[in-house]
Amino acid sequence: MTRKRKRSKMLHSFLHDPPAMAGSLIIVVFLTAAVLAPWITPQNPYDLETLTFDNFLTPPIWKDGGQMPFLLGTDDQGRGLLSTIVYGCRTSLIVGFSVVLIAGTVGVLIGLFAGYYGRWLDAVTMRLADTMFSFSTTLLAILLLGVFKKTGMGTVIAAICIADWVRYARTMRGSVLEVKQEAYVLASRATGARDMRILFRHILPNAIPPVMVVVAVDLAVVIMLEATLSFLGVGVPITEPSLGMMIAIGKDYIYAGMWWMVVFPGAALVVLVVGINLFADWLREEFNPKIERTG
Amino acid sequence: MLTYILRRLLQGVIVLLAVSLICFVIFRYMGDPVLTLAGRYATQDQIQEVRKSLGLDQPTYVQYVKFLWNAAHGNFGKSYVSRVPALGLILERFPATFELATCAILISLVFGVGFGVLVALRPYAWHSRAIMAGSLGGISMPTFLTGILLIMIFAVYAGILPPFGRGKTVDVGFWRTGLLTVDGIRHLILPAITLSTYQLAVLLRLTRAGMREVMAEEYIKTAWAKGLSPITVIVKHALRNVLIPVVTMAGLQFGELIAFAIVTETIFQWPGMGNLLLTSIYETDQPVIVTYIMMAAVIIISINILVDIFYAVLNPKIRYD
Repeated sequence: MTRKRKRSKMLHSFLHDPPAMAGSLIIVVFLTAAVLAPWITPQNPYDLETLTFDNFLTPPIWKDGGQMPFLLGTDDQGRGLLSTIVYGCRTSLIVGFSVVLIAGTVGVLIGLFAGYYGRWLDAVTMRLADTMFSFSTTLLAILLLGVFKKTGMGTVIAAICIADWVRYARTMRGSVLEVKQEAYVLASRATGARDMRILFRHILPNAIPPVMVVVAVDLAVVIMLEATLSFLGVGVPITEPSLGMMIAIGKDYIYAGMWWMVVFPGAALVVLVVGINLFADWLREEFNPKIERTG
Repeated sequence: MLTYILRRLLQGVIVLLAVSLICFVIFRYMGDPVLTLAGRYATQDQIQEVRKSLGLDQPTYVQYVKFLWNAAHGNFGKSYVSRVPALGLILERFPATFELATCAILISLVFGVGFGVLVALRPYAWHSRAIMAGSLGGISMPTFLTGILLIMIFAVYAGILPPFGRGKTVDVGFWRTGLLTVDGIRHLILPAITLSTYQLAVLLRLTRAGMREVMAEEYIKTAWAKGLSPITVIVKHALRNVLIPVVTMAGLQFGELIAFAIVTETIFQWPGMGNLLLTSIYETDQPVIVTYIMMAAVIIISINILVDIFYAVLNPKIRYD
């Protein structure tokens, strides 16, 4: 099948899969909101000049005491929940896409070389990858950030990347092992093509599809991880917006009946992750590689 | 087989050595233990004194060997904050984490496998659709949010379960258990459910995929054709083959379980190792952090080796090289 026909077949299956379309719609809405955040939010919650302490802890607008423009109420610093959620999603998406891009590239390259050259390179990197994998991305990220003692979005991205590349390396390596036995690779080698040409012209494009599923699943995992780290207080600092941080603040007020401080940011996070997972489920069916979903 | 086990054990030891080296580096170069112990206003002489007493004036490799020697004897130094041996602090909190993690893993195995089979048998029934929607929620909801929502529903609004703590405990020898009192069990319910949710959803999806594949195999058709009862076919013929990868995955995800235990313990103020770790991170209590890392490494590596051996025993196809 030519590449073009393959693509139109994918589009066809996508258009006949309502959950996948719903998932992509969610992703597009969140991306748009995140990009346009400064223009669509009623308030920049992290601009100290717009904060006044007169209106802290107000309830949503439909309850007694609700105030415009704080549609969903405010937190303990007088930040509007709606605005903070939009800015928080922006942080989630920046961290998510940065990690997927950086850890993905590094992991794919390592997996490519390990799978192709084998021997000690393969043995060493895959032993390392197995070990790191068994510690789990979450545990490694918590420990790394705990030891770094330096908070900030950059640090969070770095820590997650260090913990997360193995996921890509393992999948890529497995895929490369299969592809490198294919006739066209053997033929190309027989014609005397150099290693780099074989690796990047023939193996890389054909070994990448299973990795695309990992990219989608991982985006969801990383977004949840960033929220978890910020919730625990080892993620982004309190001066930057984060859904996890919002929920950590709201947690102290649930006994006072202010459920909205947890439920609204929580709902935003879950909807975003569900959207990504719906899309990932469709990709998995499409490529149907035998990989499991793991954290 | 024996060589395989020995090889795995040797690999485990190598990994532990690597972890110990990393711990040593953390201990030695991240944050200055001398400054922490001597205090910010110590004189130069006092600093020298502390440096000498800690053995920090010796060459690095001597320090590392000493660190290893002490670690092998369970001596990781004293906590900077509470001034008692770090290992004791961690071990004291081990039973709480162990009971929480065990209950969580049991819940996720029983319900994950049970629901997975149910869904695989009747994929288009309404209950299957409901379960699958629930599992999508399960893998899309971070542990900390699950915990807070459960507290909100069952503790704050319904008021039927306690929101935090471990409740009444009983000492059985050195082991402090919460499983023998009604109060202890009531306190365990919410945290155990919280910790189990994510893994439950993962195992459910794995069981479902495996069952769907196996149920289409020829030998299952043969089993049906022989007129065996549905229970025999499903449990003895199909499920047994699906369980191998499922249990393996549950074992391999133990690191994840430990990580989510940190989150769960923080939310429910559960007096376990994870809670202690976070407090130590906030207080830069290096000895406790290092001890925790070494303990976690020992637990995870042991479980991995056990899973590998279990897998090799159950699956004759595996190569022992």
